[in-house]
Amino acid sequence: MENDIVLSMRNISKSFPGVRALHQVDFFLKKGEIHALMGENGAGKSTLIKVLTGVYPKDTGEIHLEGHQKEVVIKSPQDAQQLGISTVYQEITLCPNLSVAENMFIGRGGDRVIQWRSLRNRTTDILEKLNIPARATQPLSSCSLAVQQMVAIARAVDMDCKVLILDEPTSSLDENEVDKLFSLMRDLKDQGVGIIFITHFLEQVYEVCDRITVLRNGELVGAYEIKELPRVQLISKMMGKELDEITGLEKQKALPDDDDGTIPVFEAHGLSSAAGTKAFDFKIRKGEVNGFTGLLGSGRSESVRAIFGADRVTGGRVKVNGHTVRIAKPRDAMRYGLGYLPEDRKQDGLIEELSVRDNIILALQVMKGFFRPFSKAEAEAFADKYIKLLGIKTASSDTPIKSLSGGNQQKAILARWLLTNPRYLILDEPTRGIDVGTKVEIQKLVLKLAEDGVSVTFISSEIEEMLRTCSRLIVMRDRNIVGELRGEEMTQAKIMHTIAGEAVQDG
Amino acid sequence: MAKWWERLSKSQLLVPLSALLLLVVFNLFRDIGFFSISLAINNDGNTVLQGNLISILDGASELAILAIGMTLVTASSRGQDISVGAVAAIAGSVFVRVLRGNEITMSVILGAFLAACVAAMICGLFNGALVSVFKIQPMIATLILFSAGRSIAYWINGGATPTVDSPLLNYIGKLIPGIPIPSPILIVIAFGVLVSLVLRFTNLGLYTQAVGINEKSAHLNGINAVGIKLVTFMIIGVCAALAGSIGVCKIGLINHEKILLDIEMDAILAVAIGGNALGGGKFSLKGSVIGAYVIQALTTTLYAIKVPSTQVKAYKAIVIILIVVLGSPVIKAYLARLRDSKLRPIINRLTRKPANAMENES
Amino acid sequence: MTSKQENLSGASGKTIREPISNTNLLLAITIGTFFGMYALAMLVWGGGFLNPQQFLDIFNNNAFLIVISCGLTVVMITGGIDISVGGVTALVTMSCVVHLNSGNGSVLGSLIMALGIGLAFGLIQGLLVSYLEIQPFIVSLAGMFFARGMITIISNDPQTAGLESFLALKAFRIVIPGIGYYGKTGNFIPASIEPGVVVAILVVLAIFFMLGWTRFGRNLYAVGGNMQSAMMLGINVKRTKFFAYLLSGLLAGIGGFVYLLHTGAGDAANATAAEMQAIASSIIGGTLLTGGVGNVIGTLFGVLSLMTINNIVRASGLRDPWWQSITTGLMLCFFILLQSVILSVREKKTTIALPAWMMIRRRT
Repeated sequence: MENDIVLSMRNISKSFPGVRALHQVDFFLKKGEIHALMGENGAGKSTLIKVLTGVYPKDTGEIHLEGHQKEVVIKSPQDAQQLGISTVYQEITLCPNLSVAENMFIGRGGDRVIQWRSLRNRTTDILEKLNIPARATQPLSSCSLAVQQMVAIARAVDMDCKVLILDEPTSSLDENEVDKLFSLMRDLKDQGVGIIFITHFLEQVYEVCDRITVLRNGELVGAYEIKELPRVQLISKMMGKELDEITGLEKQKALPDDDDGTIPVFEAHGLSSAAGTKAFDFKIRKGEVNGFTGLLGSGRSESVRAIFGADRVTGGRVKVNGHTVRIAKPRDAMRYGLGYLPEDRKQDGLIEELSVRDNIILALQVMKGFFRPFSKAEAEAFADKYIKLLGIKTASSDTPIKSLSGGNQQKAILARWLLTNPRYLILDEPTRGIDVGTKVEIQKLVLKLAEDGVSVTFISSEIEEMLRTCSRLIVMRDRNIVGELRGEEMTQAKIMHTIAGEAVQDG
Repeated sequence: MAKWWERLSKSQLLVPLSALLLLVVFNLFRDIGFFSISLAINNDGNTVLQGNLISILDGASELAILAIGMTLVTASSRGQDISVGAVAAIAGSVFVRVLRGNEITMSVILGAFLAACVAAMICGLFNGALVSVFKIQPMIATLILFSAGRSIAYWINGGATPTVDSPLLNYIGKLIPGIPIPSPILIVIAFGVLVSLVLRFTNLGLYTQAVGINEKSAHLNGINAVGIKLVTFMIIGVCAALAGSIGVCKIGLINHEKILLDIEMDAILAVAIGGNALGGGKFSLKGSVIGAYVIQALTTTLYAIKVPSTQVKAYKAIVIILIVVLGSPVIKAYLARLRDSKLRPIINRLTRKPANAMENES
Repeated sequence: MTSKQENLSGASGKTIREPISNTNLLLAITIGTFFGMYALAMLVWGGGFLNPQQFLDIFNNNAFLIVISCGLTVVMITGGIDISVGGVTALVTMSCVVHLNSGNGSVLGSLIMALGIGLAFGLIQGLLVSYLEIQPFIVSLAGMFFARGMITIISNDPQTAGLESFLALKAFRIVIPGIGYYGKTGNFIPASIEPGVVVAILVVLAIFFMLGWTRFGRNLYAVGGNMQSAMMLGINVKRTKFFAYLLSGLLAGIGGFVYLLHTGAGDAANATAAEMQAIASSIIGGTLLTGGVGNVIGTLFGVLSLMTINNIVRASGLRDPWWQSITTGLMLCFFILLQSVILSVREKKTTIALPAWMMIRRRT
């Protein structure tokens, strides 16, 4: 048993000023296994990985690697790499301005003078062996995200890595790409590489992993064989409480048919945008929660962006409460009571260095106007109200938002739009990358809003979440709406079939 | 320890204020007379305040004004405008050109200044358009006017050093009879008040920071990022026009090659000394203005210890390096570690407080 | 395989045909512009432009600028900037002249001095920028101030080198066999270049080789392309940046010596605004200030283009010196806009390696 352990971390502790990030955590990785590292945000997953890869120095504990008699000292990512520990992050950590071949070999020592030909040949060999659809001379920037990720993995594999860490590698990939990645992971597993897999997608864990280690609040909860840990138990271990709340969510009752004579809150005809959405029709009624579903890249985000005017609108007519209006830019949409929580919180949502308060009041402030700033007291009152209402955990409303956890950041952005008192709120992946507890809170909030008469469009990669919250699902494929499901029709199987384009009987 | 100290040590004003303090202390020990202010009668027979402090305040006027504009541009566009000196020369030349074409009265001066503002705002619009519409890094975009600006200034007047002469100009550049404080100081105060009113009664500050920190988020929250960048570049244009006009009024002529030479460097420096990141985002105008006075105080101190004007730059460089080294993230982190590991126990022992009491406090 | 490939690439709009890289396209435009401009000048104004010596004089007069521009290109590829190069060049000229005139000076001694000053500036600036993480603009601004101030501390007045051996070296010309021009009296005067030009060409070739074929060179591109990634890829980012500034300092030292070989005088006004000309040359040559893209051959043609346009302006009768800075500005403006337009047009065709949010936005 001891023999096939490739990596063991014992008694690892790490504190930051005021925070105990890891407390006496043990972690073991076997040869040739895919090992999921699970936990809510703030559980200490990323700290553990950063300790392992030398980004942070550990306070206490030992790290042992197969083939090393003594404890190994890892002071930098380079050290880790040399010891055979490689990491592939969600954000690609390759250089887009260099070729695929260079990205495979740069930073790995070798000759001081580069032998371009042999570099190319070796790269071509590796790419072929791992079945990666890229060419050695191609600039990395011309590869798709999935291919870039595979190049990163190929690089790690070629460096003879024994431990491969995949940190949320599937977040930006569509289903096809995920399959491809998984088959690559299984190949590597068969070659004896130990893989640490971090993800927020439970389905993926059960699809590809062998064992699971669960962390909570910086402490080890336990390590389990995948067979021995059903989903519900995994979630309860991650959250540290039983799951009545999650299962207790009550789905919105299906609304009656469209033709009940009420005027839709929002209506679009033939809407299309420069981001590549094909012209589509859409409407949402007062108090309705609907969702766009489809694979990543199917156009679901692009569609809601078109509704909000986030990309240049290229065609179509839009009606708000029955009146034809023009929405050319976000400012227009806001004027008509639309709100949009973007898919990428960090890049499109947060103003990172600004305070929680400024982030919360931003949208309302913009709507109020450039020449009419809120007084400090007003702003403070707004911020405090929503910090309390949504339970945002922050030292004060003056704290820069970047120092909050992902879930609390998301709540603050949500607060920003709630503050504008929208009549139609678009939430694109509001639950991505945040802990299970907050996910449930956000779903509850959506249902509560709908009860209060706000229309909501809710998009999530986790279909279960959408089934729980939406009363109508719009299914997209290849930037076209291919179906609309409601009520009884809304089952996982039916959605899958519609997405796949099989056996769609009626719309 | 006291709350104010905690707040100050986290504030970005720490660097410029301690630099200023250092200069003051240095001069206190060197020659306390450095700080003396006296009333004197100048050549025109007017009473005027004299002394090093006054000349620092007077001399830094143009720099302080430009530092304000530079801070806004830095915040919104994540880069610097290196053409301010050249644009000030253009604006100054327009100012002189209008004055020379007319009988100099107060309204003509006002008109000339407005013309200078328009010219400088056009320059700002040009820079701003390159930056916001064509997405060119500010330093490169403004390199164009940096190279060509002073030549354009020459071309406006078609002569090397056209002069203008009027007592009215002296009112602006030197002194208004009856008020012993040099006018440029008053202009800076007025301008500062104006700018703080603008920040108080508009969202310029919030929008500028939002655009500088995350342009995409700003756009999705309905902020016109291109517009905000253009506005900040036009504001720096107005700053340049004001600085150029003051520069002309101070000496009664314009030398397109010499007026406000190298001031872009000083203005950027003022922004940096003010604790602002040159990478944009959050800003403090106070810091930049203090930074401007630090630079001028340094220059005046160097003159006071008889450093020839041509050599001032070398000493200035050393002080700059000292300031930025102390403000560097690496050194700050090191000092913080040092304080925690070495000083804490000493302080504890000195204050004879039990260690856990200290912990609670921090 | 093919269908899989299309499937994967289809999601991001990848083009299968390998396009010419941005670096090469910008380079081609610069070289094309230069030759086009020179050919046009030869056709329209003839005269001096047909004289090979005038062409070579561009090199003779600007050898130092080529050298320091190379250093700047290297620094700019890492995403940094070094505006001290002009000041260092001038400081080197002054120090060397003082040394040469000191009585026991020698050419070798002054050369060592030049390299030493350059290295010292590079060393300190490199340390401050890479290890203390201070903004390069501020560091090199201080470097420039220090250098310019030091010159007047060394000597307030311009000085001319008088040492025999140095003057001999300065007067030395390398004759290019076969080409030349006819003087006023009809005699054939062969065209020649100064030794500084040889130095400049060697520097260009050395840096060209370094950037394209050495590990260090490639690391520079990686650091400039994405610093975080470069670190994760195992490149020692700090050391790479440090050596970039060291190299820039060294080249500024060499540039100073080359300058001295051309003029023979130390003067506080030497190489005024040379840093800006060097930056402009790099930009015209296709180097991006954001880092990760650039080529030293482009920089060479950047210098040549800048100087040729000045010659053209003079030839067309606009002899006032201020016309030159205006045309420099116009030329910069042209190239900057050209690059901006080309890059944005190309970015819409190929997908940029950025997170998902950008891919969505860029899909046009």
